[in-house]
Amino acid sequence: MTDALNRAPLLAPGQSLAGVTDHVSDIVLTRPTGRLWLAAFALSLALIGLLATGIVWLLMRGVGIWGLNMPVAWAFAIANYVWWIAIGMAGTFISAALYLTRQDWRSPLTRYAETMTVFAVSVSGIFPILHLGRPWFFYWLAPYPDRMNVWPQWRSSLLWDFFAIVAYLIVSVLYWYVSMIPDLATLRDRAATRGRQVFYGLLALGWRGEARHWKRFETLSLLLAALAVPLVFSVHSMVALDFSEGLLPGWHSSIFPPFFVAGALFSGFAMAMVLGLPLRHWFKLGDFITPRHIDNLAKMMLAAGLFVDYSYLMEIFTAFYGMDRYDVAMTMQRFSGAYAWVFWTTIVCNVVAIQALWSRRVRASHAALFGISVLVLIGMWFERFMLIVSSLYHDFLPSSWGMFYPTFWDLAFLAGSIGLFFLLFLLFVRVLPIVSMSDMRKLVHRLQGPRP
Amino acid sequence: MTDPNVYGCMAQFDSAETLRGAALQLRHAGYTRLEAYSPFAVEGLAEALGPTRSRLPLLVLLGGLVGGVGTLALQYYSAVIDYPIDVGGRPAASWPAFIPAALEMTILCAVLAGVVGMLLGNGLPRLYHPVFNVPRFAQASRDGFFLVIRADDPHYDSDHARQALIDLAPLSVDEVPA
Repeated sequence: MTDALNRAPLLAPGQSLAGVTDHVSDIVLTRPTGRLWLAAFALSLALIGLLATGIVWLLMRGVGIWGLNMPVAWAFAIANYVWWIAIGMAGTFISAALYLTRQDWRSPLTRYAETMTVFAVSVSGIFPILHLGRPWFFYWLAPYPDRMNVWPQWRSSLLWDFFAIVAYLIVSVLYWYVSMIPDLATLRDRAATRGRQVFYGLLALGWRGEARHWKRFETLSLLLAALAVPLVFSVHSMVALDFSEGLLPGWHSSIFPPFFVAGALFSGFAMAMVLGLPLRHWFKLGDFITPRHIDNLAKMMLAAGLFVDYSYLMEIFTAFYGMDRYDVAMTMQRFSGAYAWVFWTTIVCNVVAIQALWSRRVRASHAALFGISVLVLIGMWFERFMLIVSSLYHDFLPSSWGMFYPTFWDLAFLAGSIGLFFLLFLLFVRVLPIVSMSDMRKLVHRLQGPRP
Repeated sequence: MTDPNVYGCMAQFDSAETLRGAALQLRHAGYTRLEAYSPFAVEGLAEALGPTRSRLPLLVLLGGLVGGVGTLALQYYSAVIDYPIDVGGRPAASWPAFIPAALEMTILCAVLAGVVGMLLGNGLPRLYHPVFNVPRFAQASRDGFFLVIRADDPHYDSDHARQALIDLAPLSVDEVPA
């Protein structure tokens, strides 16, 4: 299995410290704004307009503008939330877990993967807050001394979720920013205009690259990575506990936390691929993000996907093995009920499509990888929708069964959140370095060995 | 003391290895106030400049403990002392249910302590620093390796320091104005 690709260089030959620095910083400092970028920016802005209109309308009219009702009181908003926060997971995983396991190849991928995390988590946070009904009281979830003399309900999984999101958002922003400080100093030193020098200078906090500073920086990077990995796993477990703490058939299951973590990594790797392939193409990063990186990402996506598929199988198995009539009924409803098409879409995307990744030829075709990754993202969204709606619409009593039909605003919020994510990402590629230059310089130095 | 208008003497080297070697030599020559600048973390460079000790891991541990124990204490106070609610006779101190929030706050406070500790330990933010006065120092964030003998070194003498740096065969030597 150790084929030529595994021995392929991590970096195209002929790279130098100055070369990698100039290539990455020029993308930000000298590259003119392209037409394609402007078109994508305009499209994202239009989607954000839709989202903003939706939010205003929601604040005026309440969550009833969505298709929510009894018994399906959770639907798109929660599916969107779980989908987005899951996408963020892989960013931290790529950056922190691969750092701890000393995977050299992660260097060119970490920055944009961490960025993906920060933006995905930020976007995800919108949904649970708007879903509250009275979003302006969201801070009641935080423990603070108030005149009402009430405390949050510590035993509720929704509160755990609140703590998990807040901690994860702050930690991922800090992790992202701290690792960027040396790169911001590079931009400060290479910026030609006064405005940019001041902008990057303020962000760089006066970083000079002194040896003792680097040492503390490296110690902190290691500690942050070691803290971020358990955080990732705990955060998505908390998301899963929102469901498994409930008593509904299909939710009340101890498989949920590991199943959700695997699903999170799966969709996150897919998003890392969807973002990485165009970045590599447009910004000519082929020397850094080599075919070997893409191949490794594809393998990780396959591995996470197989774990997800195993969880699907075990869910079905435990339903029949446990012989709980409600669990069995819920499972049968998934196969052939009103939302069977959602289930089968999920299966086609998340089980069938990824089997192509076993083939080396498919992993070498970037168009195919892009297509499969998009399918995985779609499949993972439908999976969350299926998990939520198929348990809610058919619970214990036939008298309380009922359908969910999305409204225009349901779709508008989903599309708008995608627009917001891509707008943030488009701004990122114009303003901040998309590859960690200090990490790449270290990699160049290590691969070239000590000079005489 | 020497000229108060001088921060030190700076030399540029062509690689991480020559910089580390130069730092070691100056240290053996008795200089103690040395600074080395590199575009990436060079292994062993900080140690070459003098003894290092890092309190960062301890600080992160303390941050984590404060966050975790503090959250548990807050939960205990609010659920047992300040506003106990009897739900079917279940214990007010529901420790298993207190763990998730405490875990998240442990990690959050440990990370905050680490980031603040790194910045304070490094004396950042500090937007102005004398080394920035040397024009070629801009390369330190690209491919330049620099060594500075600070003027407050007890051994420092402007001519001797310059000669000591020149003896190390650097690419260039500059005086750093304060």
